[in-house]
Amino acid sequence: MNLLEIKDLKVHYPIKGGFFNTVKDHVKAVDGVSISIPEGTTYGLVGESGSGKTTTGKAVMGLNPVTSGEIYFDGNKLNTKGKSVDVRDDIQMIFQDPYSSLNPRKRVFDIVAEPIRNYHRRSRSELVPEVLRLLERVGLPPGSLYKYPHEFSGGQRQRIGVARAIALNPKLIIADEPVSALDVSVQAQVLNFMQDIQQDMNLTMMFIAHDLGVVRHMCKHIGIMYQGRLVEEGRAEDIFSNPQHIYTKRLIAAIPDTDVDEIESNLAMRQKVKEEYEQNFVDHLDEEGRAFPLQSISETHRVALPVKG
Amino acid sequence: MSEKLIEVKNLTTSFKIGTKYFPAVDDVTFSIKPNEVLALVGESGSGKSATAFSLMGLHRKARIEGEVNFQGQNLLKLNEGKMNKIRGGDLAMIFQDPMTALNPLMKIKQQIVETLKIHNTKSKSDRDKYAVELLDRVGIPRPDRVAEAYPHELSGGMRQRVVIAIAIANRPKLLIADEPTTALDVTIQAQILDLIRELQEDLNSGVLLITHDLGVVAEMADRVAVMYAGQIVEVAPVRELFKNPQHPYTRSLLNSLPSEDMLGKKLHVIQGVVPALNKMDRTGCRFAPRIPWISASAHEENPQLREIADDHFVRCTCYKHFTLEGESRQDVGVEEYQLETGVRGGRAR
Amino acid sequence: MLKFTIRRLLITFPQLVVLSVLVFIMGSMMPGDALSGLIDPNIPAEAIQARREALGLDNPWYIQYRDWIFAMFQGDFGTSIFHQRPVMDVIGDRLMNTIWLSLFSTVLIYLLGLPLGLISGRYNDSLLDNAITGYTYLGFATPQFIFGLVVLWIFGYNLGWFPTGGSVAPGVAPGSLDYVLSKINHLVLPSFAIALIGLVGTVQYLRSGIIETKQKDFIILARAKGVKESAVYNKHIFRNSILPIAAFFGYEIVALLGGSIFIEMIYSYPGMGRLFVDSISTRDFSVANVLILLYGFMAIVGALLSDIILSIVDPRIRIK
Repeated sequence: MNLLEIKDLKVHYPIKGGFFNTVKDHVKAVDGVSISIPEGTTYGLVGESGSGKTTTGKAVMGLNPVTSGEIYFDGNKLNTKGKSVDVRDDIQMIFQDPYSSLNPRKRVFDIVAEPIRNYHRRSRSELVPEVLRLLERVGLPPGSLYKYPHEFSGGQRQRIGVARAIALNPKLIIADEPVSALDVSVQAQVLNFMQDIQQDMNLTMMFIAHDLGVVRHMCKHIGIMYQGRLVEEGRAEDIFSNPQHIYTKRLIAAIPDTDVDEIESNLAMRQKVKEEYEQNFVDHLDEEGRAFPLQSISETHRVALPVKG
Repeated sequence: MSEKLIEVKNLTTSFKIGTKYFPAVDDVTFSIKPNEVLALVGESGSGKSATAFSLMGLHRKARIEGEVNFQGQNLLKLNEGKMNKIRGGDLAMIFQDPMTALNPLMKIKQQIVETLKIHNTKSKSDRDKYAVELLDRVGIPRPDRVAEAYPHELSGGMRQRVVIAIAIANRPKLLIADEPTTALDVTIQAQILDLIRELQEDLNSGVLLITHDLGVVAEMADRVAVMYAGQIVEVAPVRELFKNPQHPYTRSLLNSLPSEDMLGKKLHVIQGVVPALNKMDRTGCRFAPRIPWISASAHEENPQLREIADDHFVRCTCYKHFTLEGESRQDVGVEEYQLETGVRGGRAR
Repeated sequence: MLKFTIRRLLITFPQLVVLSVLVFIMGSMMPGDALSGLIDPNIPAEAIQARREALGLDNPWYIQYRDWIFAMFQGDFGTSIFHQRPVMDVIGDRLMNTIWLSLFSTVLIYLLGLPLGLISGRYNDSLLDNAITGYTYLGFATPQFIFGLVVLWIFGYNLGWFPTGGSVAPGVAPGSLDYVLSKINHLVLPSFAIALIGLVGTVQYLRSGIIETKQKDFIILARAKGVKESAVYNKHIFRNSILPIAAFFGYEIVALLGGSIFIEMIYSYPGMGRLFVDSISTRDFSVANVLILLYGFMAIVGALLSDIILSIVDPRIRIK
């Protein structure tokens, strides 16, 4: 059963101009993306800057206006006009920058308790044990309760962000580049503990990132975005062992490898893919420079291959 | 030993916190040969960028001790005027964030011409033309038009090419690249790394590459120096470092990377955090608090960088006794566990 | 740019209309009119009524408004009942005085404020900077009329260096060199009094701009290119730090043109500020209304001017 289903999502922003400031054109930040995430799994959404991956995540959160398309959560349509299904306590977001996403003037207690206060009436004495339990959950000592964000390191701040996100027992977490601002060793801590939390709470996660290595470690299913559309989607093995779209190939070949034995062959491979990319890129995109619709090439693997003819 | 392009001796750079000075770079010694790429690796707070800024004389309020010998003079002893002749000339730098590294109010061409003018590289009439040539050289399409553009009209990748064009404008002997690709997308990163490599070979210059990305190090470096808490803890040729890492920090770092072999497993986590500059214990092995399961007697009292194999230096004796947390290997010779704990395959591909 | 300017003016035109209607209604709602204070109790009530009717003061407000607007489009801004002269003449005299005063003050503000801000920002937290910022706090805290009085007392009465009131010495023939010198002589004290207080904002803006800019990456890159420290400041830091001040220039000019009531009172300088206060207290609405419209128009032009200046100094802002 899919907890989250996005159907043909489009997020377009108008570009205004001219003498009367009328709408001249649209920026198609997301242009026809469909994603389904089964309950309890982690879906990796990968892309470079401007690919629309963050916009997609924010649209699910209701932070971006949706131009067209449907978003279903647990069978309920989220972006209905008029009556809105209130599921905000079931969907939470973890942000990229642990330094700027926490209010520096608030104590950890208030930061973590905030979502609970928004949805439930609780006295302070009821809240304290609840927040302490959450802090324990994310591996922060009880002494953190009345400290301010600046007293913590980057990794610890990201834990505070996670504690806030899981405070309402959400079903879906949208993690937008949760480790890209962190050092390698801290990144490992946060990734491990996000996996733990995900398994313990049976969370469903949309993991948005640009680092393919991290995404591969975290996600069974991966979608690659380019210019507002998915170019390829499938299980991690499909994407990494059998990439089909030229853009996916290029992305994978571009990652520097720490295996010193393979460097020569990697560089040669990258060069080859680059040449192939330059030659065939046009064939893989429509006249607007966007990907074609996805086609299934196996039960799990879908690619935006050119439409013949 | 062949000639050295730059020799850094006992460099110590201290910053004032409150009323006292604390060394962010602590007794750092290394050298770079012409045509050699030395990577300086470490996490935030390790002092790698502070080292680069010290070489360039870009710290405004730091206390800097030691020697930086470059072309027969100690850069730390030069006055501002003499240093300005070297900076941007034979010693140039590429910066981390191309979005903020260019003056938003100046045309691209003006920003390149400025450095040509200071170092008298071309005659007045040739400068404009040469600026466009440089843009072409760093792979910018339609360089004549880009020359007339302002920074905000260019993408991040293009801006980084401009920053590189400024750095190579006067054919530097030593290029310092401070996290040159950290702010860029992977496909752009690959192009920029290609470009730096190509230019380095062209100019026959040495490169000090500062990065936290071990993949970039493996691809670009000839030699690697690993920094932790202001000190160099391990130096080795790139192949040796990745095949046969010795210092506990290097090994922990390599093992915390997600890789193909780690799929479905927990990543290695280094306990604790990098100590803050003003709260650091500067006696004994600085990595000791993060590997508490290694007995105190394994560490040196005053850890030194020692050559343990050809061109391979490691600080402190604790590496001989180190096993990753959770692994129960005791009494193994160095030779033996090298095979076990070298890098576990590559990163995910 | 021309297109932008025209569009802006077109957009702001309705604002002016609304403003004029509001001003007019409020004026007619106020108790009393231009005749109430001037009337000799010996004049019979019928005569007063006849006078009211002749002036159209008994018509409903919209008729009065319409007449007023129609007249204005024909270049007739009405007659000041208090001064018994055309409104344009009354305002014209004062406007020239105010333009001179604000020109002098503006030049002084930037002539003194920019170097002070530059020094303060460049050597921040030094003794000199502390002295300058200390002064700016003092300037923020001191009401202008107190400062004006102090300046007047010291340089006007005690030292006697400058005249203490008026805009020109009596009896000097207009157009002669003596007339110009006398005008300037009368401007010195009030413009200094305005500038010394008015520059604190500029100093503070520039100081914080410089402190912010000097740690930007592109400044470090400039140094890494080998740019001399003096050139780093003059070429790179200064231009980037002055943007907020440039953006504020249009508003600043307009604020000064509005006239400073306190300074004009203290120095009995015949400027716009005093005219405005006087015209309201004497219920001389034909003058007050035109003044308010003029202020409104100047505010709009000031905002436009600021936008245009900013688009010239900052290439990231493009006016289409």
